[in-house]
Amino acid sequence: MNQEIKQNNIAFVIGASSVGTLIEWYDFYIFGMLATIISKQFFPADAGVAALLSTLAIFAAGFIVRPFGALVFGRLGDLIGRKHTFLLTLILMGGSTFAIGLVPGYATIGWAAPILVLILRLLQGLALGGEYGGAATYVAEHAPAGQRGFWTSWIQTTATLGLFLALGIIILIRTNQGVENFSAEWGGWRYPFWISILLVGVSVLIRMRMSESPMFTKLKSEGKTSVNPLKESFGQKANFKMVLLALFGAVMGQGVVWYTGQFYAQSFIETVCKIDFIQSRNIMLVAILMATPCFVLFGWLSDKVGRKWIMLIGMLAAVLTYRPIYQQFLSISSAQNRIDKIDLTKTLASPVTVKTDSKELTKIYVTQSFDTVYTDGAVFKYTKTDTLKLGATYNALMPIDSLNPGLIISKSAKPNVVIEKTMGNAAYWDMIWLVFIQIVYVTMVYGPIAAFLVEMFPTKIRYTSMSLPYHIGNGVFGGLVPFLGTLIVEFTKTTSNPAGDALAGLWYPIGVASVCFIIGLVYLTNKIDKNVMD
Amino acid sequence: MNTIKKLLGYVWMLIAPCIILFLVYEAYDKISKAPATTQPNVILQWVIILLIFTPICVGFFIFGSYASKGEYD
Repeated sequence: MNQEIKQNNIAFVIGASSVGTLIEWYDFYIFGMLATIISKQFFPADAGVAALLSTLAIFAAGFIVRPFGALVFGRLGDLIGRKHTFLLTLILMGGSTFAIGLVPGYATIGWAAPILVLILRLLQGLALGGEYGGAATYVAEHAPAGQRGFWTSWIQTTATLGLFLALGIIILIRTNQGVENFSAEWGGWRYPFWISILLVGVSVLIRMRMSESPMFTKLKSEGKTSVNPLKESFGQKANFKMVLLALFGAVMGQGVVWYTGQFYAQSFIETVCKIDFIQSRNIMLVAILMATPCFVLFGWLSDKVGRKWIMLIGMLAAVLTYRPIYQQFLSISSAQNRIDKIDLTKTLASPVTVKTDSKELTKIYVTQSFDTVYTDGAVFKYTKTDTLKLGATYNALMPIDSLNPGLIISKSAKPNVVIEKTMGNAAYWDMIWLVFIQIVYVTMVYGPIAAFLVEMFPTKIRYTSMSLPYHIGNGVFGGLVPFLGTLIVEFTKTTSNPAGDALAGLWYPIGVASVCFIIGLVYLTNKIDKNVMD
Repeated sequence: MNTIKKLLGYVWMLIAPCIILFLVYEAYDKISKAPATTQPNVILQWVIILLIFTPICVGFFIFGSYASKGEYD
């Protein structure tokens, strides 16, 4: 009976902690996933890559403040307790996410728009920095000895499920609204931000019913809580050396594997392979759904065989297979590799459409789409747009072709070509498996890491000590994977190879994970600390 | 194993400043090659990268120093 009550209690602890953490991840991810639209709405449209990089920089800024959030809220959590601290982070996150959805675009309020968005994004990062350490510590301090890996692995699923929820909601709204309505200044892209306030409200109510961690309560009643958690965590060599070991021997590699598998993969499929918006997200959704149970599996396994080897094998597998996996993405989606599969009976060109520029009436955009249909069901759509400058104001009766050569004053040297590929069933599933493999690596490195970190540090400074390496590893090393990946590919672009090396961006996660693997292999112990009440 | 830990400690101590120097060199190279229109953006990117990675490299150096002194034996 007592055992049953304990099980029910821990199930509530896990459920309440996980739901809040999942919502925080959801809040944090929707910004990154809507980066392209946010970039257009809040930043002056100079050039595609520059605008994207500026948004990614804000994305990174969100991640960079995470370590500060870890220090601020970690300290608070070790001083006043876990429960109230991660309740505060949840409210801060929900409030700033909701507010992002309310900021008018650059077209309406000018530079105030990007400045407001940047501030709110920084607040999101700060809140996230305080959330995870609190939730992981709270659950671990409730979990029975010998099952800490299993119970904390539920918290580990939240980051991926938050991504899943964010992807799912965005797809749902975009599919219902259509691209134009979704991307408008007050369009559907704002709904995921507004939905957040409802989710956070429910989660706050649940969390208010929770009681404080038993270990922290005991420590507090004995008057043994830390007076200065920051000093004790980072000012004392015995603890600081463990913080460094946790960062360089485990979390740094885990961070890059996490972000490569779940963010870089999506970005690569969409922007490099040119897979259609909905299909690229469906690929991610299905792969995530299939791989998520592995978090619990590897968490449970880590209680049996230790945390170290599971994490290191995941890291090594990522290092060795990332390039072949991404090469395979390119190969599957390549038009050159499927020339012999073109279905000439279905391949067709759409009628030409002409659109006048909203500001210059003598400037027109002539667009035509060409659908190449393949025998395996794939459809590659090429939309070509020429920009023409006319000698007179355009009207629909004007023939824009060789019949009226005197009308056109100038034509863009290079047409704008947008490629959208929809894969056939077999290739679609091939891509899902390739993402699935990467997410299994994520589950190997991430599933056991909460238990691993909790066991490294004493109760009185656990929140502070484990939060900082976690958020440097994930926020800085991991969060910069898309940014640095894009940047490295940019560096490989030359006049003879204007597209650059599409796989070059992988050298960053491969390099970081390799160093982390060596450090983990040599310096980490596989011993499980059964007693975390120290 | 303890000897390997200590020897590798010196490697980490060597790598840490090398990473900073490499990043400074890359920053200088990319900023000087950037066209005037995009130069502010490139400068911003590299300042962010240097600001983040310099303290991390200092931490990596300290980690190497601890390892070389046998703190992780």
